[in-house]
Amino acid sequence: MPAVEIPKEKWTGTIREVTLGATAPQGGTRSRAVTVGGETTLPFLHFEGAMPHAPVIGVEVQNAFPADWSPVLQDVWGDALRDPASWARKAEELGADVIMLRLRATDADGNKATPAHAAATVKAVLSATGLPLIVRGPGQAEADNELLVAVAEAAPGERLALGLCEDKNYRTIVAAALAHGQLVIASTPIDVNLAKQLNILISDMRMPLDRVLMDPTTGALGYGLEYTYSVMERLRLAALTGDGMTQQPMICFVGEESWRQKESRTAKGVPAQWGDIAKRGIAWETVTATALLESGADMVVLRHPHVIGVIRGTINRLMAH
Amino acid sequence: MALSGLEVYKLLPKTNCKECGFPTCLAFAMKLAAKQVELDTCPYVSPEAKEALSAAAAPPIRLIKLGTGAREFQVGNETVLFRHEKTFFNKPALALRIKDTEPAGAAAARIDAVNAYSVERVGFQMTFGAIAIVNASGDAATFAGAIRAARAKTDLPFVLMAADADVLKAGLAADAGQKPLLYAATSDNWEAMAAVAKGSGAPLAVRSKDGLDELADLTKKLGDAGIADLVLDPGSRDLGTSLMQLTQLRRLALKKNFRPLGFPIIAFPCEVADTEDEEIVAAAQYIAKYAGIVVVDHFDPAVAYPLLTLRLNIYTDPQKPISVEPGLREFNSPTAASPLLVTTNFSLTYFSVAGELDGCGMPAWLLICDAEGLSVLTAWAAGKFDADTIAKGVKSSGIADRLAHKKITLPGHVSVLSGELEEALPGWEIQVGPREAVDIPAYLKTWK
Repeated sequence: MPAVEIPKEKWTGTIREVTLGATAPQGGTRSRAVTVGGETTLPFLHFEGAMPHAPVIGVEVQNAFPADWSPVLQDVWGDALRDPASWARKAEELGADVIMLRLRATDADGNKATPAHAAATVKAVLSATGLPLIVRGPGQAEADNELLVAVAEAAPGERLALGLCEDKNYRTIVAAALAHGQLVIASTPIDVNLAKQLNILISDMRMPLDRVLMDPTTGALGYGLEYTYSVMERLRLAALTGDGMTQQPMICFVGEESWRQKESRTAKGVPAQWGDIAKRGIAWETVTATALLESGADMVVLRHPHVIGVIRGTINRLMAH
Repeated sequence: MALSGLEVYKLLPKTNCKECGFPTCLAFAMKLAAKQVELDTCPYVSPEAKEALSAAAAPPIRLIKLGTGAREFQVGNETVLFRHEKTFFNKPALALRIKDTEPAGAAAARIDAVNAYSVERVGFQMTFGAIAIVNASGDAATFAGAIRAARAKTDLPFVLMAADADVLKAGLAADAGQKPLLYAATSDNWEAMAAVAKGSGAPLAVRSKDGLDELADLTKKLGDAGIADLVLDPGSRDLGTSLMQLTQLRRLALKKNFRPLGFPIIAFPCEVADTEDEEIVAAAQYIAKYAGIVVVDHFDPAVAYPLLTLRLNIYTDPQKPISVEPGLREFNSPTAASPLLVTTNFSLTYFSVAGELDGCGMPAWLLICDAEGLSVLTAWAAGKFDADTIAKGVKSSGIADRLAHKKITLPGHVSVLSGELEEALPGWEIQVGPREAVDIPAYLKTWK
């Protein structure tokens, strides 16, 4: 029987390794650090190159009760949603590698988030869990800058990943991260060239690229998933063929986007062919996460406890070889 | 092997007549080599050139058709590894597996559910594609009976699965003329399986127990035995190994034009997975990565809908966003006093908005602007959905004559356009609606 010659690509580029979180010897307080990146081939193609670090699972925690979340999520998390520290502890128990703290602009009672409160919340979450932390602002330039500067100062040397840096608003966040030993997340709207350009701008501020994660913008299943999927494949191909400004590990906010949609929020008044709301919502997040892991995600940030387990199993099976 | 642009050029008339729409024959040849135009676009191509070019253009992954009539489907004929390089063409069929040992009532109920399942998304009806019937009983008569019972319920194409060639033959006889997929020839039984498949018109699946070498060896033997329509099962039942195998198969077919493995693939999430959750993950992987038929054990609308949506997403042509016709639409018999909303012609945007307007029962006008098939935010960022576009849409629709008021509601995401739109539409009151379609009913209740 003649042997079939398996085609292998000779990639010349390597994804940069980025380490989130710092342990005590590294100047932080985390019980462990988490490294992503380092790939020398496309996702999970172990016959061709190395994937030294398994993709990691982040779990989203918010600083105030998420009244706008899908009832499916509110039911399953219960009272944990009312306190970021216990929420983070629960996430760690469920198998999170990293906690993502999302700071809301206002709490459920309409009180505006203050820098002091944001800093205190970050400290509370840091003492509740030993996991590395991502901290995201509300997504409004002014509030992001105000809150994230305070956060960066409050936890010097912890290698928090701060975001999101966008082309119109990155300087303040990058400067704060530089000054206090943190990382940044560079976010661009589903476009290879814009992603490259923002990495260049951030690098021009002398931020070392091993402290930059890249958010290509996540489209959920049915809501632009195919755009994200393809832009991630293109970014990864560019990186592996040697384009140094696309070699950042990629992070996808899968939970946020999957659970924002009607399909994962609405139980009544939808077609019978949509099936049960809870099962559908879980499948929506699972399928989105699976597709994006296979197009190059180094980190997926999830919301539903059950999906954390399913995706953990998926990553383990895809890494075994 | 695919020809280069220059090689194609040598076969063309070289007259630069421009009738194909390209300035020169060379430009046309380049497009042809990139498979972006059809050869028929050239009116003067010679028969010899046509033959040479179509031989070179023989698909590296053979097109296989299953079933008959309205529910026939085809798989194969793919030309790229990554969808952004062109597009993926033939959507994989989802197949529900039933065993011939299942109680007849239970099997019938599952077949009924799959047969009737059809879910709409952005104007497309999405369905399962096949039923796989597996010979778990080991008995030919039981197998044939299960197949006949299933056929009485559905027109869906079948995948007939049996390890014994005589049993499979009995199964094929029970589904005569319906072009099922026969599963599967292995190194142990391929001669007997070839005899069953030969002359039946039914394609034959080939299962390797020992990787791609054995698979290629088997397909060559079957080809020599006159079986041309094959479907591959490379054999792995491990999620990670399977991803690598399917990637290797796609690369061998497309990059090496390796004919022995240039066939569509059948994949079995039902055997890769121990739980329904794992089955969902495996099915998603196979839809995105290169399977033509995806066989599952579970059917639940709450899972079928997301999986079929993934298939729709992955198989959307990246060069042509799915869009709807721009223009004015009426919901729930609007009058001169009803609100006027505006959105873009990206189909997902349109169907989200239309679904809410339809569902809430309140009368409204919806103006769909030509934003080149982009969503509200994307179109706005790209400059395709601005005050001028909207003003033009308002004027060409003639809506002003049908309204007693002059108010127009913008999507909340583009509230920033209000000022410019006031200038572009003098005398109109610009209102800002919700950001998300789901909040439209609540907005309309308070609209003034």
